[in-house]
Amino acid sequence: MNEHAPPADAATLVEARGLSRIFRVPVHGEGTGAALRHFLARRYKDVVAVDDVTFSIRRGERIGFLGANGAGKTTTLKMLSGLLLPTKGSVRIGGVDPFPKAPAFLRRIALVMGNKQQLLWDLPAKETFRLNAAIYGIDDATYARRVDELATMLDVARLLDQPVRKLSLGERMKCELLASLIHGPDVLFLDEPTLGLDVNAQVAVREFLRRYNETTGATILLTSHYMADITALCDRVLVIHEGRLIFDGDLRALARRFAPRKELRLELPAAVTAADVAHVAGDGVAGDGVAHVATDGRVVRFAVDPAQLSATLVRALTTLNPVDVTVTEPPIEDSIARILRGDTGGTTPTTTATHSAPATTATTEPRA
Amino acid sequence: MSALQPTSVGDRIRAGWRIARGLFRAGYAYMTEYRAELILWALANSLPFILMGAWTQASTRGHFALSPLDLVRYFLAVFVVRQLTVVWVLWEVEQQVQGGKLAPQLLQPVDPAWRHLMNHVAERVARLPFAASLVVLFFALYPAAFFVPSAMTLALFLVLVAAAFLLRFLVQYTLAMLCFWTERASSIEQLNFVLYMFLGGAIAPLDFFPPAVRAVADWTPFPSMMWLPCRVLLGGVPTAEVARAVAVLVGWCVVFFVASRLLWRAGLRRFSAMGA
Repeated sequence: MNEHAPPADAATLVEARGLSRIFRVPVHGEGTGAALRHFLARRYKDVVAVDDVTFSIRRGERIGFLGANGAGKTTTLKMLSGLLLPTKGSVRIGGVDPFPKAPAFLRRIALVMGNKQQLLWDLPAKETFRLNAAIYGIDDATYARRVDELATMLDVARLLDQPVRKLSLGERMKCELLASLIHGPDVLFLDEPTLGLDVNAQVAVREFLRRYNETTGATILLTSHYMADITALCDRVLVIHEGRLIFDGDLRALARRFAPRKELRLELPAAVTAADVAHVAGDGVAGDGVAHVATDGRVVRFAVDPAQLSATLVRALTTLNPVDVTVTEPPIEDSIARILRGDTGGTTPTTTATHSAPATTATTEPRA
Repeated sequence: MSALQPTSVGDRIRAGWRIARGLFRAGYAYMTEYRAELILWALANSLPFILMGAWTQASTRGHFALSPLDLVRYFLAVFVVRQLTVVWVLWEVEQQVQGGKLAPQLLQPVDPAWRHLMNHVAERVARLPFAASLVVLFFALYPAAFFVPSAMTLALFLVLVAAAFLLRFLVQYTLAMLCFWTERASSIEQLNFVLYMFLGGAIAPLDFFPPAVRAVADWTPFPSMMWLPCRVLLGGVPTAEVARAVAVLVGWCVVFFVASRLLWRAGLRRFSAMGA
């Protein structure tokens, strides 16, 4: 895979080009006859998990992978970390192909999976830390300093001598993070790091990741089902839908793209009539740029395309004499929830479209 | 990154030693968590004592290649060798591949085989006091069987036991690689175990086998995993026979080492194809 040109920018750390991954899965029918046929001659079908995904990440960025279940987030993360070989396309991390898993590459990355555990179950977490220190060749002084720093940041110093099996889920995840960071990786891949944690533990893990990124300049790529993880932590979001990258940009751009309409709320002097609603909607002149959302007594709400906002406001103010007017952005959580449900709002899932649009390319400055 | 990256051969050896020490330390700490289990595991290998009783009784009534006292010592040696060469790596690998625990280990700069090997070594050290106590107890109950081998014989015995362990480990690790293709590689190990117990000399010393069976058995990997060190400890085996058996042992070690590495590489490709 030598089609990779050198990164255009020295600050570029991760380069994924035309990344695709196809899995061959056995097709199994129902019933005894199907079972016999399956035993004698297996049939397979190709499932495209990731399809022609291209993006680049600069050093120090915090990136969130967003998508519904089975969208291809974890598969992408596994290709980036070197666990999976792409079927097509290529990945470079700091100019290195991750799949051969060269020791020098492995020393600079960490993969934390929320549903997988590396801590030695019956021993205190410290034993896993020591083991990892030996594996990565960390000297005693560095080891002591790192454990001290990380344990303080994660607030787990008091837990390190207890057997892992005695820890709560949240405490275990914090210790998992510590174990994964003993060798001081500068690229972190996190797959659902807050999975199953309570709200307090989620906030703690999130805050830790933010501080780790800010103090070490490490690049963080995480997948999560919790919207709060993405909104609180990530400067930039990659949305994967049915294996394709349909969005790459910051959170505001995400809101614009997936919830492009603003909400116009009018409070009128008297109860809202059907004629009032029709008038504000422009009597059909505005097309579907203005949509009536709800009426509640004297209050009426519309979803308005930004291009129609001025004209709609003028119509409402000049004829209805509203006592109160508010224009709001719909909450980002609503947009993200729609994406997680697989509802992309009719957006054509094309990678090139999102990449060529200046409004959706990353503008985040590197922290390192 | 402050992780030390070995450059020279000396650095590599030092780094390797540190890793081995770290793996041993963790493995030993883990094993000592299971004190009660260690005693049970040591006792679980008491089949040699049962067979010892049966063969000793039989030998008093017939003509055998070994005297009743030699048979007692042989089966005691089998017990000791079994204690020092027990291998369970296949079940560990099976659990990791099927339980999804292999992926995180693949992203660490040490081959998972070293973890398994050092876990076994650590378990051996943790088990040693219990196994030694059972041997002392045996001599206390049956003082006639007590014997002191020469220093040279003892040294050769220990080297052969270490080699027997290595071969048993390599054979089972090679079979463990089948976990990448089948969900129940452990059923293949069950067949391997039967051959190991029979052709290894745990059921009866190879000296009792019919010549034709013996001629075939001698070229399999199994006699060197048990019979060879036990018979060397008892003494009286011609040097040429020991040399041939050692050559077979080394040959099989090479074969299974190469096979396990090739299957590991192919298995990883398969593991990756299935989604890691």
